[in-house]
Amino acid sequence: MTKETKHLAMTNNNLQTLISGWIPELEFTEENTQFLTITVAPEQLHGLMSQLKSNSETLFDYLFCLTGMDWGKELGVIYHLESTTFRHQLVVKVNTSDRENPTFDSVSDIWKTADFHEMEVFDFFGVTFSNHPNLKRLFMPENWEGFPLRKDYVDEVNMIIK
Amino acid sequence: MITDPTNKNVKTEEYFINMGPQHPATHGVLRLILTIDGEIIKNVEPDLGYIHRSIEKMCERDSYQQIVHLTDRMDYLSSHINNEAVCLTVENALELEVPERVKVIRTIISELTRIASHNLWWGVMGMDVGALTTYFYGFRDRELINDIFEETCGARLTMNYNIPGGLMFDIHPNFVKRVKDFIAHFKTKLPEYDTLLTGNVIFQKRTKGVGILTKEDAISFGASGPVGRASGYSCDVRKHHPYSAYNQVKFNESLKTEGDTFARYQVRIQEMWESMAIIEQLIDNIPAGDYKVATKAVIKLPKGEFYQKVETARGELGVYVNSTGTKNPYRVKFRSPGLSNLSLLNHIATGGKIGDLVASMATLDIVVPDIDR
Repeated sequence: MTKETKHLAMTNNNLQTLISGWIPELEFTEENTQFLTITVAPEQLHGLMSQLKSNSETLFDYLFCLTGMDWGKELGVIYHLESTTFRHQLVVKVNTSDRENPTFDSVSDIWKTADFHEMEVFDFFGVTFSNHPNLKRLFMPENWEGFPLRKDYVDEVNMIIK
Repeated sequence: MITDPTNKNVKTEEYFINMGPQHPATHGVLRLILTIDGEIIKNVEPDLGYIHRSIEKMCERDSYQQIVHLTDRMDYLSSHINNEAVCLTVENALELEVPERVKVIRTIISELTRIASHNLWWGVMGMDVGALTTYFYGFRDRELINDIFEETCGARLTMNYNIPGGLMFDIHPNFVKRVKDFIAHFKTKLPEYDTLLTGNVIFQKRTKGVGILTKEDAISFGASGPVGRASGYSCDVRKHHPYSAYNQVKFNESLKTEGDTFARYQVRIQEMWESMAIIEQLIDNIPAGDYKVATKAVIKLPKGEFYQKVETARGELGVYVNSTGTKNPYRVKFRSPGLSNLSLLNHIATGGKIGDLVASMATLDIVVPDIDR
């Protein structure tokens, strides 16, 4: 084992106590999931994320998964975080009910991996990320209409529905 | 013709050049748009999507048993490990404990898969930097593993051996003997790899100090697998989040600190030794018992979110499943190691030569269907 793993991971309770001290309005849950999950308002997303990365007690330096979500009415993004120092894990969710112009702040300035993964979410869900350095469709052709991973996406030619 | 190369009046201009989508060094249908000034790379922009099949969307209409079969079409060189990732997710969600026999067999085959994948990588790595012979040596040894797979489950590449609850069949009576024979064979062959390529002066000059990735950048870019470990970033899922039988075996995480192309090369060679060590610890002690536990014909996961990570030959594969309690998942996301590893290519290739880009890319070991899911 390496030296890094000697640092003690924070328990979910301690994480919750610490983080709720930064921003009071956060929602915490551990229901139906293996991770402590925070739901944050879009305008507070970037502030929370940069603090999660830089705070010496949390040090979430590894964004291991970034998932776009269509919840039916709302669109959202799920961030899976891990600290390579403490090895504790955390999930942050952000949602918006604006399906026409869904926009969140980009976190690509905090974790470089977000660069490509946000492009993927933009491509498939039509969610834009402000301050992203180069937001464009990652996989689909530029002139493709619609966002395939949205639940209301219809493509009678290419999709086989059972 | 320019007779005086130091002539200050000669102007150079940046221009674009396409590498791929049909190019042997991109290892699949991947197009790189290179901005170059002479032979110096200014920017590398991957153009993706040529073989995107939208597996995540297909998962939303398929049953959990069917999803398993889609995943070995992602990173086809880690097909067994991809299958395992989905099966583990389903089993954890159902709180299903699989027999010890299943865990051990899955681990042995995962490590054989890793050796086979690294064999292929090593063959192509040599070829990418101009050493054609390695290709035949790598494929010679990989063939033996594929033969074992074929006898075990009928498939050589896209395995489909894992099912939620265990394995599709029990192992073949010859399995243990053949695996041991392979290990004995490969222990004499792996040193040949070093003699042929690792120690070669030309090869070392092509790879040492080329495409350097720092540990901090490796974490920030979400690098995983040998790419992360060559930068001193301890990221082995088998160590940090053990699954199947990895908590029963002793092995070293292959770590290097140089972060260059040669370090990534060395990590993979070292990993083949470690994989053999893992297999040797398990192969004589495969527990007796069932090769699967019964699941219902229609699997419904409870409402909730489930996440499982595994260590494929390329790095960390994550499976995120969001279930509403029906027979189909509401959303499935595959966090592929290839996409994150590719995203750092521009960072390590910029400022270098085109030839160095090919060498660096070879040690990222990308499989394009893993990126174009």
